[in-house]
Amino acid sequence: MSSREDILQNIRRNTRVRYEKPDLSVLEQGAITYADQVAQFCKVVAEVGGRVVTVNEGEDVNALVRKLYPDAKRIASNLKNITCATFHPDDVEASADLDGTDLAVVDGRIGVCENGAVWVQQDVEQRAVYFISEALILLLDRKNLVNNMHEAYQKIDTGEYGYGVFISGPSKTADIEQALVMGAHGARELTVLLL
Amino acid sequence: MSTKHSKAAEKFQENKELAGWHDQTLWMMRAKRDKISREVPEWEQLRDMASAIKMYSNSHLDLLLQEFEKNAQANGAHVYWAKDADEYCSIIYNILHGHNVHRFIKSKSMLAEECGLNEYLIQKGIDVVESDLGERILQLMHKKPSHIVVPAIHIKKEEIGELFVKEMGTEPGNNDQTYLTHAARKNLRHKFIEAEAAMTGANFAVASTGEFVVCTNEGNADMGTSQPKLQIAAFGLEKIVPDREALGVFTRLLARSGTGQPITTYTSHYRKPRKGGELHIIIVDNGRSNILADQEHVKTLNCLRCGACMNTCPVYRRSGGYSYTYFIPGPIGINLGMLKAPLHYYDNVSACSLCYSCQNVCPAKVDLADQIYRWRQKLDGLGVASSSKRLMSGGMKVLMEHPSLFNLALARASWVNSFPRSLVYNGLNDWGKEHEMPQFAKESFNEMWKKGKVK
Repeated sequence: MSSREDILQNIRRNTRVRYEKPDLSVLEQGAITYADQVAQFCKVVAEVGGRVVTVNEGEDVNALVRKLYPDAKRIASNLKNITCATFHPDDVEASADLDGTDLAVVDGRIGVCENGAVWVQQDVEQRAVYFISEALILLLDRKNLVNNMHEAYQKIDTGEYGYGVFISGPSKTADIEQALVMGAHGARELTVLLL
Repeated sequence: MSTKHSKAAEKFQENKELAGWHDQTLWMMRAKRDKISREVPEWEQLRDMASAIKMYSNSHLDLLLQEFEKNAQANGAHVYWAKDADEYCSIIYNILHGHNVHRFIKSKSMLAEECGLNEYLIQKGIDVVESDLGERILQLMHKKPSHIVVPAIHIKKEEIGELFVKEMGTEPGNNDQTYLTHAARKNLRHKFIEAEAAMTGANFAVASTGEFVVCTNEGNADMGTSQPKLQIAAFGLEKIVPDREALGVFTRLLARSGTGQPITTYTSHYRKPRKGGELHIIIVDNGRSNILADQEHVKTLNCLRCGACMNTCPVYRRSGGYSYTYFIPGPIGINLGMLKAPLHYYDNVSACSLCYSCQNVCPAKVDLADQIYRWRQKLDGLGVASSSKRLMSGGMKVLMEHPSLFNLALARASWVNSFPRSLVYNGLNDWGKEHEMPQFAKESFNEMWKKGKVK
């Protein structure tokens, strides 16, 4: 018999009581909400080591990106309106060629107010761009802020690439004596541009 | 009466400075957990739901695992089933061998520790690189994790500084944590790029979508899996959750409980192989399906591996992860070790004061302390109860059954107060170690009661 059948048979043999699936609706409906979502989101993103910069009506996003990262030379973006980008991440031959990217500017789909996480649904072939660049900018429409993870999971998708990630702040570690250090393997800095 | 744990704990306590630091640092993590959980008004409801979802999923594993398999295959992944550690290791080796992989990058997986994956692959000539910073430090030191979330918590920065001089060419004497972390970033960046295959564990596997979720702060899982196009993921079968709705509950609890963060930096959802790549998923049993039949201990399968029970445990904090004989320390490790091989791991059962703190912080409501208590009741039946404790229990039984003896003993108890110190504080009296004995009262409550002194 295959291991698959062995395992399944052992599970069936050993399962005693079958518990019912709980109804989460009471929890979800009563879960935390925020009167001022923008303020809460900005506060938590700062707490997890990132920053939120609000973009005013009519403000030039490219000028803002350049102002925030004046020294960035290699700027990757797949977004048509990010004209300050120096290349499209899918134009490299191999994902390794993305090493040395100073800044990546990509789309965020959902922002979660309780924890500062932004849902990024893969929309480029080289998803390394989300992690390998030294700094990451996520563009997020303030209409897409949700209160908590329950609301977020009702809205997310992993799309045609079958991959998505919640990103909350820059890459970090405290593995040496619990001292918090930004920039373990992924982006050292994270900025959310709230449109 | 000393167990292997108590002996090792005594050794850990020899370095008072490190032991004190260890205790305080883990307590700080517990304090952060308390603070952040109180910001969520529905926290206790979340814990209840997490437990209820796990009770549901662990009692429907046959159905949910098959649903996961069907969906993962429809997504384009290869799915394997491994009965035990050997099969898990050989499946992974065969995938790597079949693709002629020599350089292999891994993110942290307790399942890989459980099954001895690294040793197995290295013996077969595969260069395995751990990419989590703590795990990498330990790998280079040839040491094992002492905590499941902060694996190198017992190592001082001076040791890491010395190690990095040798391994990464850092400047001698510079033990600054930021400097060392960024040196490792640079060093491992090359390893990510050179790797021919990448592997992760999984925090959750979602039956309804066939995706799996990996939570990291460093981004090492994602750095690894976004470089080579061959990706492997393996998880213990209790990691299954029914749907994304359930993820809403678990992602709110996991990091808050473990490290006091609102969520991990990266919560990655892997559903399909990359374009032109391959995704191999291994579902591992290795004794888990047997636990289902043990109603007294089945809730260990609820565990999310967040580490909260270790952070809060007064015994773990003061004895360190290496004092336990099972590879997972702390309250959950005591129980998992006993389920694995009671006669081999029973020493750990004494590493508990039954303060119940673990049980009160566990996000999935594993009845950790109740289970340890139950194991203790079974020690005599297993033939491994401590002889001095048996002697004492026997003595207490005689006293309790003979009121005159009991009263005499009480009346004479205060004599101990005037005994020479060496007679009270010695190897025979475990209560006198690192601890001043209380003074016995001159008059017992019983006598006071009879004389009408108790109002």
